[in-house]
Amino acid sequence: MATPRPRIRLDRNEIAAGETIEVKTLVSHIMESGQRRDGDGNVIPRKIINTFKCEFEGQTVFSCDIEPAVSANPYFQFMVKPPRSGTLTFTWIDDDGTEITATEDVVVN
Amino acid sequence: VASGLGAGARPAVAATEDANALIMEFTGGAEPAMGRVTLDVPEIAENGNTVPMDVFVESPMTDEDHVTDVLIVADGNPRAGVATFHFSPMSGVAQANTRIRLAGTQNVIAVAKMSDGSVFMDRKEVKVTIGGCGG
Repeated sequence: MATPRPRIRLDRNEIAAGETIEVKTLVSHIMESGQRRDGDGNVIPRKIINTFKCEFEGQTVFSCDIEPAVSANPYFQFMVKPPRSGTLTFTWIDDDGTEITATEDVVVN
Repeated sequence: VASGLGAGARPAVAATEDANALIMEFTGGAEPAMGRVTLDVPEIAENGNTVPMDVFVESPMTDEDHVTDVLIVADGNPRAGVATFHFSPMSGVAQANTRIRLAGTQNVIAVAKMSDGSVFMDRKEVKVTIGGCGG
């Protein structure tokens, strides 16, 4: 399966020291819950993004353990207060072990 | 064609017990106090497949005093667990927003754990017009 390209939006990439950035992320994913059945009555196996994390220079800022009750195309919005200029790394982990990653640089003046 | 909850459906009472068990596991047996947590969900959701959910916890978010984790449960879903958010002082603000699935009208509960181990909660009922488990 082609790896979906995540969408990330920061309300700004450049801030003054001590300010926070609002981060919005979305990745295309079916989030198959494992609760549904197909036309023959067989359970459709679970396949979800089970973990999302946002790291700043290797330190976890925000992360989320995800259950099947999170909607398809999982969306997460949260805040980040980077202590200095650097790179935010975003990782989504699929049940099948696939990792999707993306990065955003931030500047702290 | 998917057939909804099928054999996975359980009575609401069992689901509520499931939610309580998850909360007690999360808090280590402590009863969370109401307060400090603001859970924002719609009163009425037409489509249970994607219900917006926002949680905010009052906290200075310093190294000494911050929110570490927030558990979200839905007490009427086939499985009560929804998500657990993990915050850090680098979060700046303990707030997160996502979209969740609700199988029917039920309570959504947010439980926050602070760095000193204290636990707080908020609870809101969402009336769901079309349930969101069959997809």
